[in-house]
Amino acid sequence: MITFEQVGVQYADAEAPTIEGVDLTVPEGELCLLVGPSGSGKSTLLGTVSGLVPHFTGGVLHGRVTVGGRDTREHRPRELADLVGTVGQDPRAHFVTDTVEDELAYGMESLGLPSDVMRRRVEETLDLLGLAELRQRALGSLSGGQQQRVAIGSVLTVHPKVLVLDEPTSALDPGAAEEVLAVLQRLVHDLGTTVLMAEHRLERVVQYADQVLLLTPGAPPVLGEPAEIMAHSPVHPPVVGLGRLAGWHPLPLTVRDARRRAAGLRARLDGHRPPAAPAASATGTPLATASRLVVRRGPVPALRGVDLTLHAGTITALMGRNGAGKSTLLGALVGLHAPASGSVDIGGRTPHRTRPAELVRHVGLVPQDPRDLLYGESVTAECASADHDAGAEPGTCRALVERLLPGLPDAVHPRDLSEGQRLTLALAVVLTARPPLILLDEPTRGLDYAAKARLVEILRGLAAEGHGVLLATHDVELAAELSDRTAVLADGEIVADGPTPEVVLGSPAFAPQVAKILAPGPWLTVRQVAGALDRIGPDA
Amino acid sequence: MWALGLGAAATRTTNPLVLLLLAAVAGYVVAARRGDAPWSRSYGAFLRLGLLVLGIRLLFAVVLGSPVPGTHVLLTLPEVPLPAWAQGVRIGGRVTAEGLLAALYDGLRLATLLVCVGAANALASPARLLRTLPGALYEAGVAVVVAMTFAPNLVADVQRLRAARRLRGRSDRGVAAVLSVGLPVLEGALERSVALAAAMDTRGFGRTAAVPRRIAVLTAGLTLAGLLGICLAAYGLLTAGGAGWAVPVLVIGLAAAFAGLLLGGRRSVRTRHRPDPWALPEWLTAGSGVAVAAATAWLAALDPLAFAPTVVPPTAPVLPVAAAAAVLFGLLPAFVTPVPPDTTGTTTGSTAGSTTEATATKAAGKATTTARTPSGPGRTP
Repeated sequence: MITFEQVGVQYADAEAPTIEGVDLTVPEGELCLLVGPSGSGKSTLLGTVSGLVPHFTGGVLHGRVTVGGRDTREHRPRELADLVGTVGQDPRAHFVTDTVEDELAYGMESLGLPSDVMRRRVEETLDLLGLAELRQRALGSLSGGQQQRVAIGSVLTVHPKVLVLDEPTSALDPGAAEEVLAVLQRLVHDLGTTVLMAEHRLERVVQYADQVLLLTPGAPPVLGEPAEIMAHSPVHPPVVGLGRLAGWHPLPLTVRDARRRAAGLRARLDGHRPPAAPAASATGTPLATASRLVVRRGPVPALRGVDLTLHAGTITALMGRNGAGKSTLLGALVGLHAPASGSVDIGGRTPHRTRPAELVRHVGLVPQDPRDLLYGESVTAECASADHDAGAEPGTCRALVERLLPGLPDAVHPRDLSEGQRLTLALAVVLTARPPLILLDEPTRGLDYAAKARLVEILRGLAAEGHGVLLATHDVELAAELSDRTAVLADGEIVADGPTPEVVLGSPAFAPQVAKILAPGPWLTVRQVAGALDRIGPDA
Repeated sequence: MWALGLGAAATRTTNPLVLLLLAAVAGYVVAARRGDAPWSRSYGAFLRLGLLVLGIRLLFAVVLGSPVPGTHVLLTLPEVPLPAWAQGVRIGGRVTAEGLLAALYDGLRLATLLVCVGAANALASPARLLRTLPGALYEAGVAVVVAMTFAPNLVADVQRLRAARRLRGRSDRGVAAVLSVGLPVLEGALERSVALAAAMDTRGFGRTAAVPRRIAVLTAGLTLAGLLGICLAAYGLLTAGGAGWAVPVLVIGLAAAFAGLLLGGRRSVRTRHRPDPWALPEWLTAGSGVAVAAATAWLAALDPLAFAPTVVPPTAPVLPVAAAAAVLFGLLPAFVTPVPPDTTGTTTGSTAGSTTEATATKAAGKATTTARTPSGPGRTP
């Protein structure tokens, strides 16, 4: 269906080609998953299929890409629109019209399909994706998962043979991600659509893939069976990590397969426990207290009576579905939202009444999009202005950047950094004012496993120095790996709050893969299991 | 159409009573027939803008004086002496009742016009207006609609970035704070528009049908000639003495441009999904607007005094009964068009209770434009 012949892409300002020597074929009706670290050219490769690379982005395309017999060199994206459907990471950037039904019809209108065909296909697609009840709704009013389903639906109505998806679930909570993936699987099974998808959160998608294409910078791409590729991929989900650790062969990709093999491992680990979390939990000095906090966004309360105390030296994960009030709670803690009733207390101050310059010494927030925080022309300028804002010694911020992520180039514009680098820079900017409490909103969006591992290390280091950390996240694996304490927010209320193992083990939605495999054992991460196996010894 | 008619009627008169009545009619129809969509709230903004215009007009009349001669001096401001080269301009000086009244009527006319435009804005979604454009103009229309949807996004961006300023420990109040986020907001807008362009391209926007070269040349020629003719005719109409030849040139120019557009439409392969039906309520609505404009223009020609009450000397304006009846005709759309469907209750509970959901559900209702009925088969209320 899709053929790459010696494909290479080089952008104008880049020194080295972004991708090089891609030579492979994706047969019809397969779900092919692209994996690889950030910057390995996943998005570029997807762009060559839809024709956006090089027609829209510029750059030089070597070799030839044919989709369904059409050469992308000779066909512009709009001429491939009936064959290839493209959905990006942010569905809102994809919408052209303003209601669900119009959006579904838009592609067909552009192609000039007769109106009776359009009527029929709109109805079919509404049913296929379970959108029938939302047909008249404004797109802005939908939840993240619903928006992503509409975005997929809007390209499906023209009956494309190929679907190209760039990180379709990275902005979604676990439930919404499953919704979207279920739809994709249905398309592959029922309609024979060929799906090409890039995704960082492998734990969510790898079990659905028929083939995996591994891209590594500086090495030729490898296409193969998921189990084979995962055996030596530098990026892999925890279930694969556990399988490699235990030496299972062939590697299990789903929790179910892994559980069936895990009887032996469970027996070996029986009677052992992971090292207890540092006893600092809940004993450090309280840094922030919210009591019976109610915050209204518009007419509805976004938070309804939240009680939460954050302690020094503790990492707390705040979980909950999209729109549960996580960002509002973080915003209230830094004084962006005034409480309607109840109170917030940060080191003896009321955040929304404190001058910003003073408040940053007590609490710092890294927003969902770190770019909001960065408006310098270069890393150096950004650091200088951060020092100035915080009233710190010149060079403080730069030194922090160097500590957190050595080798960040000075002259680069913050927008040109990778997601992970940008997050680290924003974190350094916030840390410049030395706040004892650090809040992070959805920090792992768009991060690959390596960048995530770095973030885990950085945050652990900060907690060990006595900082309190609160992170709002959808990423259950991150929460399990990092946090001492987990609070679950639903509908503006805290429904669970306690030590992370207790909270996540009790809930199927928030349990990490390792916990599901080794249940009822108290294991959360591959790292814990590896540590325990070391202590037990090889032949225990 | 209806709003344009009311607006046209407003330009024909300076009688404050007639103008207030027009504004009231527009307001009533909006109140009766607007939906819950985001654009519906623009009416309030236009109303405030109208009042602001009125205020500015009065302020200018007070400060700069007005050319209307008057004898009833209300107060005298100290006059600022200006150098000789600014002789025509006067700052301060006498403020007369006549001058103020003239300014008030003038401002009121402008404000009423704005209210009418606001009414149109509140009742019709930009995307719906786009659908009624001829095929050849579609792409220009898309540009306008995209530009219009950018405004709310920009406001949201500014708010977000001001919040981010606070996070960096800078003040988020004052003009400087708003200005300093200008560059990042522009960057964001640019990025968003590039993303949108990519999305539209991959979805087939701008696909064209093969058109014989002869027709393409003919289209371009006709459109150009038509536009040129319209420009010439406009010049002729506006300068004294040329009115005789200008009218036929205008007609020919319009015809040529229209033919060019029709031919140009053949290049477009677009079709429409459920085009808005144009039935009796639509005719009545558009017709009522035209009727108001025509009747006011006719009555104004018959009885200019009633429509432009004299300000020298100041007299109490009287309400011409015939004109009032004509204006009230504009209320028709409030009764003949269907009530906008209220979709608030049909929300399913999939993510009910989440904050975005709950606020946005209110926006989910769809405005009924004055040119639409929800009568398509299979339409859910």
